[in-house]
This record gives sequence, structure tokens and C-alpha cells, in this order.
Amino acid sequence: MKSIILTAGARLLVALLLVFSVFMLLRGHNVPGGGFIGGLIGAVGFVVYAIACGTSEAREALRLAPEKIAMAGLGIALFSGFMAFVMADDPFTGQWLFIGATETDKGLPLSSVLVFDIGVYLVVMGAILTLVFALEEEV
Amino acid sequence: MEVLLSLVVGALVAAAIYLMLSRDLLRFLFGLILISNAANLSIFVSGRLISGAPPLIEKGQDFPVGEVANALPQALVLTAIVIGFGLFAFALVLTLRAYRSLGTLDTDEMRVAEPKDPS
Amino acid sequence: MSWLLSLPLFIPFVAGVVSFLLKDGPGGRWASVLGSAAMLVASGALMTTVLREGVVAGQMGGWPAPFGISLVADYLSAVMVVITAITALAVSIYAMADVEARIARLGYHALFQILIAGVAGAFLTGDLFNLYVWFEVMLIASFGLLVMGGSKEQIDGGVKYVALNLVSTILFLTGIGLMYGMTGTLNMADLALIVPTLENQGLVTVVAMMFMVAFGVKAAVFPLFFWLPAAYHTPSFSTSAVFAGLLTKVGVYALIRMFTLVFVGDISFTHEVLLWVACFTMVTGVLGAAAQNDFRKILSFHIVSQIGYMILGLALMTPLAIVGAVFYLVHHIIVKANLFLVAGVASKIAGSTELKRIGGLYATAPLLAVLFLVPAFSLAGFPPLSGFWAKFILVKATLEDGRGFVAFIALAVGALTIFSMTKIWAEAFWSPHPDNQEPKLSTLSKGERRALLMPIAGLAVLTCIIGLFPEPFVQFAEGSAAQLLDSSAYIEAVLGVSE
Repeated sequence: MKSIILTAGARLLVALLLVFSVFMLLRGHNVPGGGFIGGLIGAVGFVVYAIACGTSEAREALRLAPEKIAMAGLGIALFSGFMAFVMADDPFTGQWLFIGATETDKGLPLSSVLVFDIGVYLVVMGAILTLVFALEEEV
Repeated sequence: MEVLLSLVVGALVAAAIYLMLSRDLLRFLFGLILISNAANLSIFVSGRLISGAPPLIEKGQDFPVGEVANALPQALVLTAIVIGFGLFAFALVLTLRAYRSLGTLDTDEMRVAEPKDPS
Repeated sequence: MSWLLSLPLFIPFVAGVVSFLLKDGPGGRWASVLGSAAMLVASGALMTTVLREGVVAGQMGGWPAPFGISLVADYLSAVMVVITAITALAVSIYAMADVEARIARLGYHALFQILIAGVAGAFLTGDLFNLYVWFEVMLIASFGLLVMGGSKEQIDGGVKYVALNLVSTILFLTGIGLMYGMTGTLNMADLALIVPTLENQGLVTVVAMMFMVAFGVKAAVFPLFFWLPAAYHTPSFSTSAVFAGLLTKVGVYALIRMFTLVFVGDISFTHEVLLWVACFTMVTGVLGAAAQNDFRKILSFHIVSQIGYMILGLALMTPLAIVGAVFYLVHHIIVKANLFLVAGVASKIAGSTELKRIGGLYATAPLLAVLFLVPAFSLAGFPPLSGFWAKFILVKATLEDGRGFVAFIALAVGALTIFSMTKIWAEAFWSPHPDNQEPKLSTLSKGERRALLMPIAGLAVLTCIIGLFPEPFVQFAEGSAAQLLDSSAYIEAVLGVSE
């Protein structure tokens, strides 16, 4: 399907959806959101692009093969579970780092939980794009 | 509420089994989707339904205040939905491939792997 | 402790990721082999710890049981993980020569490792819902492996495999839901404490039957086995071997775990059902095999019949019978995977797996012929191979329980197994090739030959070792049976409280 409105709109939409997906990923720790939702929204961005411009262009825009993204995400999620090993905790125990923490302020909290969520984000995005591209190229 | 949802589960399972008895692979798949939703609903119901608040902990508290919903079955259902989604997406692609390469979705005609006349 | 328990899961996952990122070159298959070897080391370490300390348990994420996910290893779990690693190592070496480059580029070796992770996870978890998740990991990977290559036969077999396994999955999930509704927990050790105190024992039996059907589909017992002979002869030989060795055994393991730990309240009903299921499974499997004329189809039906023996051990529920079931489980994984590996080599040098279209293998490849005889005779139960002891213990347990008829069935099925094995021997190895085209070893390069025969020889040696020195293995199985029949050590390891 080639439609100039959709093609022009898709570029904007993709950027917007990707930014929104990262926003959802980051806010996920305490409020609704997280890696899974973020990954879904990010995948929707590329799906829209694939509908507007074709899967080959969407693959090009993605740069990496989607299945590799998914596998890399799995690796990142595993790595986050492994971080606990350094601190001699049980596997997948959350590890926290408070940058610039003072008596009253927690500073910038960074955690292995976020790393795990980034892994989930990539797995979901990669897996869904793999399936959608496979289906679209089949039809 | 539990009774109502249990009835819904029953209706879903009945419809699903009707669909799954069909020889058409696509109908079978639709039946599977219905029955997996029935399974998810039954997990949800088994966590007891109350009109409580979402199980979120307010700032400054150590545990949620008042009556809150049971979060565990919801987490289980979410996991099951995600896994089910992946499985059905795969099954759908497989069905499409089967239709392309075997030329039919009638399970009685799918006899390439087990020919009637083993020669 | 929890790291020791989770390493056999971490390693195959990491190997899978690395193997996928290197899938276009030879690095992919080497990552798979190295991952399997590392997993063998890790599971060996777990095994020695379990032998030293008894049941060990660990919590994921530092959440205490029963709220967090527990990993537990008793004798049975530990030995299953070790045997999984051995099979994974053998098959991943074999796959180096067996899997074409085209399929390896799709990520075969990575999916293989993820399958192994799923299997090991199912053996180690102590949480019912987590078991479901590992089943799914295993299932998704097995779907991919089964249809990879995309021939018509594979798609056809894959449809049936996927359909029936999805049904079983959903039944399992519903059972979990009902279980949670009744008890409010899904930790298996906690369930073992709570289930006997429930008022409504009738409902427990209903849920038990649900689990029995769900795991029964996975284990391919009568009358739920139809997907197995429809699918197992279609994919590549490495896939067939690892499926035949491990996948159905996960179902058997889950049955043994649930029906010795949780569902022990109504043994006179549930285990009586299992007994009949076992008998019918043995008989239909072996009769189905007798009617087949394809190397892999015969072996597929034999998986079904052999599953019957393991279920028989569980159904009798006496200490000796459980010893037999555990011994059988371990012996069968090695033997069955090995037979499929032999079938792969036979097909490669003779050109087919149809028995009527091959022959003369003994003349060209006497070593392969000997390597076939070891697992084949072991499967049929010839002394002094591992299968003899497995069958001997089971039949003895059956007779001690006063069920002469069942013992007769078990022995008759053994005799029919010899019939099938001699059929393969006579048609494929002994008789000359029907088209007078002698099979040629030269179709395989030297490196390929080494990669294909080394794992077969290794597994055959293992079969002989178990057969010639059964004493330590039987003792181990006795220890395992004692743990299964008295669950207090398991519960204490997980929950930290005694019954």
C-alpha cells in the first residue's frame, strides 16, 4: 500500500512512538509501564513504518535484524540477573546504585532491575517485529 | 461475581470445544484462543474477586492500606497472556505455511507425514 | 547455593545467545558444544553437592519461599539435569555434522540451547507456575526446531505437534488456576503441606486428573500419544534425538514429581488409573512399532511403549517400583537418543530411513552395526546392558505387588521390542541393499564421521557402564526413591520447616 499521507505521517509517528516507548520503559518502575509495554509500543512504531513503506525499508530503518535484537535483549536480561553474583546475592536480586545520594536526597537511583527491563524491551520488540515481518513478507 | 465469571468460563470452554472438534485447522486455532482465555479467566477468578483498590503502596508506607486486590493472579494471568500470545502467533504463521505448502487446512487431508499406505 | 542451582539454566541461555550472534559462521555450533560442556560441569558440581548434602534449594531474587520462585534439586532433579547435559553434549557434537549450513544460519544451535535451558528449568524448579513457564520455553524452542527447514513433512508433523501440545498447555494452566484457587499457593513444597489439609479432597482428585492429562500429553501416554509418531520422524536427526531423549521425559518427570509430592491423597484411584494407562501405553506403543517399516517411525513408537514402563513404576508407588522408574528414566534417555543418532548415520550413508530401501550396512560399517546393537539390545532388555536392570527391577516390583498379569504384559512387550529391533537389524544392517547399491562411507568426510560417531560411541559406552556396574546406580535410584516417597526432606529444604 502506497499512500503519500501515510508515508509522510509514518515518519513522524515512528519517531513519536519510539520516544514514547522509551518514556514508558523508564517510568515503569513505580507506575504502569515497563519493558514489555515499551517494547510493544516501540514495535508498533516499526510496524506502522512497515505498513507505510514496506518491510524492506522498515528492516533497513531498523538496521539490525529483529531476531538479533531479541537475542541481544535476552543476553542483557541474563546479564542483569548475573549482576547479583558480584554482590553475592541470590540470582536476579535487584542491585541498586544511588548516584549523588545525600542524607536527604536519594540521588539518581540506577538498578539492575532497569537493565532487566531494557532486556525485556528489546526481546519484545525484536520478537514481535520478527513475527510481523515474517507474516508481511509471506502475504 | 465469581459465579458469573465461572459461567462465562463455562460458556467459553463449551464454544471452544465446539470449534476445536472441527476438522478445519483455523477453527481449531480459534477454539484454542477461546479456551486459553477461559483458562486465564479461571486463574483470575481463583484469586477471589473483591472491589478493592489496586495493590499499590502509597508513599511513606511499608504495606498497602485497606482492602486491595490480589496481585498475584493478575501477574500470573499477564504472564500466561504473553506466553499465549507468542504461541498463537507462531501457530498462526505455521497454519499459513501449512496452507501454502500442503494446499489445505482440512486436518483429515494432512497425511504427508503419515501416509495412508505406508510403502 | 542458589547460584549452583541456577548455573545449569544460565549456561545454556548464554550459550544460546552467543551461538545466535555467531550463527553465520562456525562459531555458532562451537558455542553450542562449549555451552553443553560447561553445563555438564555445572550440573556435575550440583550433583556432588546434592550427594553430599541431600536436597538443596535456592530462592530467586532473594524472595523467601513460598513467595518467591524456588529452585530445588533432590536426587531425581540432579540426575535429570546431569543426563540432560550429557544428551545435550552428545547431540550438539553430532549436530555439527548433521545440521546443514542453511539451517544453522536460521539459528538452529541457539534454539537447541534454549530448548536445553527449558528442559533443565523444568527439572529444577520448585514452583508450579514456574514449571509452566519452563514448559513453554521448551515448547517454543521445540516448535522452531521441529519445523526448521520447512519441508512438507515437517510442516505436517509440526501442525499436529503444535496443536496437541497447546491443548495440554492450556489444561495445565487451568489446573494451576484451580490449584491456586484451592490452596492460595503454587510452591510445590507448600502445596504438599496444604493439599492434605483441604476439606474438599474430591476436587483435589479432579485437579489431579487434569494434571495427569496435561502431563500425559507431554509424556505421550495412551491415549494421548498420537502427536509423537506423527512428528518425531520428520525433522533433522539431531532434533529427533534430543526430542526422543528429553522432551517426553519432562512429562514423565512432572508426573512423578506431582504424583509423589502433592497428589498422594487418593492413591487408590489416581495411581490405579496410571497403572492402566501404563499397561495400554506399553502395548499400543510396541504394537504400533511392529507395524512400521521406517527406522525412525519404529523408534518413535518405541518411545511410547517405553514411557509405559516408567509410568508403571510410578503407578505401583512401592519403593522398589519407584527405584525402577528412576533407573528406567535415566537409562532410556541415553539409549533412545543414541538410537536416533544411529538412525541418522544409517540414513546418511545408505540414503534413506525406509527399511525396505536400505541394507548392507553391516558390510560397510561394522562399527556402526555394533554401536547400534548396544542401545538396541539395551532397549529390549538384554543382560548385561542397562535396560536389563531397569526392566528387571520393574518386573520384580510388579510381582512383589502381586500383579502377575501386569508383569506378564511388561515381559511380553519386551519380547516384542526384540522383534522390532531384529527387524531393523535384519533389514538395514544384515540383508544386502535392495538396489545393489552398497552404502558408501565415503559420502561422509573424515571430520563428519568423527563428529557423528563420537557421541554415539560415548553414549554406548555409558549404556555398557550402567549395565556392567549397576550397583552404584541402583543405590542412587534407591536414595532417590526414598526422597520421593518421604517428602519431608524436600519440604524442609524449600520452606526451612519440617512437616
